[in-house]
Amino acid sequence: MQFAIHTENLGRIYKIRGGKKSDPKELEALRGINLEIAPGELFGLLGPNGAGKTTLIKVLTTLLAPSSGQASVSGFDVIKHPQKVRARINMVSGGESSGYGLLTVRENLWMFSQFYGIPTKEANRRIKHLLDVVGLGDRLNTKSSDLSTGLRQKMNIVRGFMTAPEVLFLDEPTLGLDVGASRDVRGFIRQWIDEDHTRTLLLTTHYMVEADELCDRVAIINEGRVLACDRPATLKRRLQQDAIFKMELSPLNGLSVDSFEGLPGVRKAIHVPKDGSAELDLILEKDDALGGVVNMMTSNDVHILNLQKREPTLEDVFVDLVGRSMEEVEAGES
Amino acid sequence: MQKTSILNIQSLIPDRQTFTRSFRIAAWLGWQIESNWTDPFLFAVYSIAKPLAGAAILVVMYSIITNGAFESPIFPYIYLGNAFYMYVGGVMTGISWAVIDDREHYKTLKYMYVAPIHMPTYLLGRGVARFIVSSISVLITILFGVAFLHVKIDLAAVNWGLFFVSLLIGVLMLAMMGLMLAGITLLIAQHVWFIGDITAGALYLFSGAIFPLDVLPRFLRPVGFFMPITYWLELLRRSLVGSVAQAFPTLSGFSNAQLMGILLALTTVFAVLAAVIFFWCEHRARERGMIDMVTNY
Repeated sequence: MQFAIHTENLGRIYKIRGGKKSDPKELEALRGINLEIAPGELFGLLGPNGAGKTTLIKVLTTLLAPSSGQASVSGFDVIKHPQKVRARINMVSGGESSGYGLLTVRENLWMFSQFYGIPTKEANRRIKHLLDVVGLGDRLNTKSSDLSTGLRQKMNIVRGFMTAPEVLFLDEPTLGLDVGASRDVRGFIRQWIDEDHTRTLLLTTHYMVEADELCDRVAIINEGRVLACDRPATLKRRLQQDAIFKMELSPLNGLSVDSFEGLPGVRKAIHVPKDGSAELDLILEKDDALGGVVNMMTSNDVHILNLQKREPTLEDVFVDLVGRSMEEVEAGES
Repeated sequence: MQKTSILNIQSLIPDRQTFTRSFRIAAWLGWQIESNWTDPFLFAVYSIAKPLAGAAILVVMYSIITNGAFESPIFPYIYLGNAFYMYVGGVMTGISWAVIDDREHYKTLKYMYVAPIHMPTYLLGRGVARFIVSSISVLITILFGVAFLHVKIDLAAVNWGLFFVSLLIGVLMLAMMGLMLAGITLLIAQHVWFIGDITAGALYLFSGAIFPLDVLPRFLRPVGFFMPITYWLELLRRSLVGSVAQAFPTLSGFSNAQLMGILLALTTVFAVLAAVIFFWCEHRARERGMIDMVTNY
């Protein structure tokens, strides 16, 4: 079977220059990544900032040379045949205001369509259709410098889809978009992939809901490693036998996450401090373990304001794999 | 780092369609950027007043030093050399600047690299607009010199064939030098955006633009003799004011055909050097993750 995307032991090391007197340091951004993505898949890379998602996309889109291993897209090696790869792909990065501000939306998009050899008539048809889909139809002749960041991002999303690539890479496509726009974009992404089963889409995100809602399969990535790769439902099923509780509490009065995790039957505890209260997520081996948690709270004068048992999410899967929430990982890096 | 081939035939020579679309659309984009002056007055200042002011400074300095000897053959030598030298900065900077402009300002360089275009051809296309603007400046400067500053050009005596062939080869040569700078620009941060102007400024002294190479210290003359710009400017002067140009000893021993041969040979050398340097720098940029680097810190 020819995979749309295939990587084998892919590694990437960045050399980071230190000061004048210090030696350069090495940062291992990708460590032995193995992925097999079939044509027609909407595949998600889920991980915190700095996990290696963007680095992987850069390698796959021929922007960055890998340090080790191999990668191919649409059957072509990204190092040996970059031109053949480029003719079959496109990419959109979220959270940036790229584009020529002095050109109109139509001119920006038309220009890129020409680089892909799309006849002007067909390009104009696609531009009109896609702009309507993302709600930018009335901005066709607006200079892109006059668009807000979110609208520019929508224009960029159109640029990516417009060329009808075999493999499309979307790097955090909804980053910086408002809730409504994100929902529209997600809807369009799903529709695009469902329309034609030869299309493949690799999406990176650190939004759990986005990965859960959109992706056929998800790879959870952290510190350059793929920790798990499967369908979202299958990943969550790993935790199906666990009992997951969300609690809203009065301040913890000195109780720590470690003290909860030391209790029998408590697999993971995540504490999110809030103004005047606290939020505690618990992954328990069985419901019975909740008794010990409640006892500890009562003896420390911690009041339970709200208690909710819920289904496992990809966030829980991430916590189970990494030992920390994505927020904690990102906070630890910053 | 993975061992990869720096130069493969695919990246060196594009097919006709890729070449055409890369060049045509890049030229269109370059013109949209260059001509996008919200105020036509500013555009006029940039393309007319600025070159004339530069020429005027030179003329004033010449006038003071020579006590107004405008009839001397050195004057048209300097004036024409200075006028045509505008192409050097214009074409070289036009091509190399596109890298910084796209990478740092418009943040589109990575999308260009992901697109199925031929990047050197794209960059050459981006230089077309600066070539046109430079041509306007050169023409206006020369007309101004003829009209007001005693620069004598006898249109009937001009060797038009030599002029246009020299101009064409020279612009190609400058484009190759611009491509070299574009490659180097891929590896440097944006605060050296003026690399094109620096290079043009440095070569100004070594290419016989405003004085014959004999004026230079002996040990510096080889630099000028290795620069194709030297022969290009000489050919342009000879085609416009033949007798005046040949009045100086440096290149007077060479016939037009010999100068053209040297220019062609050096242009070929620079074209090969440009390809090697550009693809090597691009390869290094890809290894070091600098294609989409934003350095406006």
